[in-house]
Amino acid sequence: MDAKSERQQERRVLTGNGAAAYAVRLCKPDVICAYPITPQTELIETLYRFQADGSVGAEMVEVEGEHSAMSVLIGATSVGGRAFSATSAQGLFFMFEPYIFAALQRLPIVMVNVNREAMSPTTVASSEQDIMLVKDAGWIQLHVESCQEILDTIIMAYRLAEDPQVMVPVTVSYDGYYLSYFSEAVDIPPQEAVDEFLPRREMSPRLDPQTRMTIAPFGDPLVPEYRYKHLAALQRSKGKLEEIDGEFQQALGRGYGGQIEEYRCGDADIVLVTMGSCTGTARVVVDRKRDEGLKVGLVKIRMFRPFPRERLLGALQAKKAIGVIDRNVCFGWNCGHLMVELKAALNGMEPQPLLLNFIGGLAGADITLQHIGGIIDTVHSATQGRHCEEVAFLDVE
Amino acid sequence: MKFQSEYDAPWSSSAELHVLNTGEWRYQRPVIDGTKCIKCAACSLFCPTGCMKDIGDQFTADLDFCKGCGICARICPVGAIAMEREA
Repeated sequence: MDAKSERQQERRVLTGNGAAAYAVRLCKPDVICAYPITPQTELIETLYRFQADGSVGAEMVEVEGEHSAMSVLIGATSVGGRAFSATSAQGLFFMFEPYIFAALQRLPIVMVNVNREAMSPTTVASSEQDIMLVKDAGWIQLHVESCQEILDTIIMAYRLAEDPQVMVPVTVSYDGYYLSYFSEAVDIPPQEAVDEFLPRREMSPRLDPQTRMTIAPFGDPLVPEYRYKHLAALQRSKGKLEEIDGEFQQALGRGYGGQIEEYRCGDADIVLVTMGSCTGTARVVVDRKRDEGLKVGLVKIRMFRPFPRERLLGALQAKKAIGVIDRNVCFGWNCGHLMVELKAALNGMEPQPLLLNFIGGLAGADITLQHIGGIIDTVHSATQGRHCEEVAFLDVE
Repeated sequence: MKFQSEYDAPWSSSAELHVLNTGEWRYQRPVIDGTKCIKCAACSLFCPTGCMKDIGDQFTADLDFCKGCGICARICPVGAIAMEREA
């Protein structure tokens, strides 16, 4: 980071929603369209406040629901605009039909999902259940740990979505309550630095009366070709995220490791695999267990879609056991979604590490230092030959 | 894989528009009596496929796209449109 941009970074105490709003302002979208829903509402309110004070110039379209919000974004991006939306849980589910269309049409939309538990029973509390249910909609999914990472990742997400080699929409996903309402110090990069990092791109092709392109033409015979191309673009997006992360670090002084972050993994026998806000807690416990002499490390998944298989095979090579923490359940596999992904990614790995799954943090429950200490102890005891259930619910006997 | 489309996403240009000729679905067609037409354009505004075209002295349906639904005949205030069964 050069001295100039360091001087101009402004530090503020922001909630996760506030950090997201500042990021969106810095990215200068043409159109913002979102419907309020807990725990995302503060983000949209802040963007409306920015528009009222003139610091956001985007057209903000008021709609009657999330299905329309995503449809507005499809229009905005298909004519070459930059667009933003945000939602949570039931709103995301209501958005699902145009959400899929946006991905299959390869429109470079960036949106936020503030993770929230799915109903029923009635709840507005945090968990990853909502975002996991849309994991195979064709979007790129990025998960973050802190308010600073929210701000930085949204800026990177526009670079990734709009890259001509990618052109896939990106959902930046952060935990409701634990991040959305949690205040911490956040460095806000200067506008010029973001303008330089995220230049405007002329999108081609796009809807334009002069060139008369059409979007989503009838074309059954072309479906296999477009699916092939979409999968290839997702594969390319993995390397692109690594590049963009590196460039961001050079320009603004913060990097996050690209698809995954490896923490004290090198010589570890036991590795925890986490996503989202509980990673911060896990980091502290890993340090404490290291002080006690246990060789334990941590892998944080940042990019969940596409799944960072190649990076994980490197990070988890020759580990004895892996503890996977899920704040969601996968109906159909009797475990969490991250566990399913890990099993698929590590299939055939030699030597095959032991995989244990811990499900917790549902509907806003805390994942505490004690929980993670217990998880590490359980995984360690399993490496010593003790029999452990493959899938355990924290706090459920 | 050998690609048929030059685009990475489902786009097409005017030269190779993949369109569906919904006119093929039709079993009846609108026939407009130009002597009755008062050029109010109601048929054009209500046509779901947007195929009623102003040809100067009256409106006429683009039969490539007219599905024969009959909304134009129903909406016409002077009864200038009759639906005739296709052969």
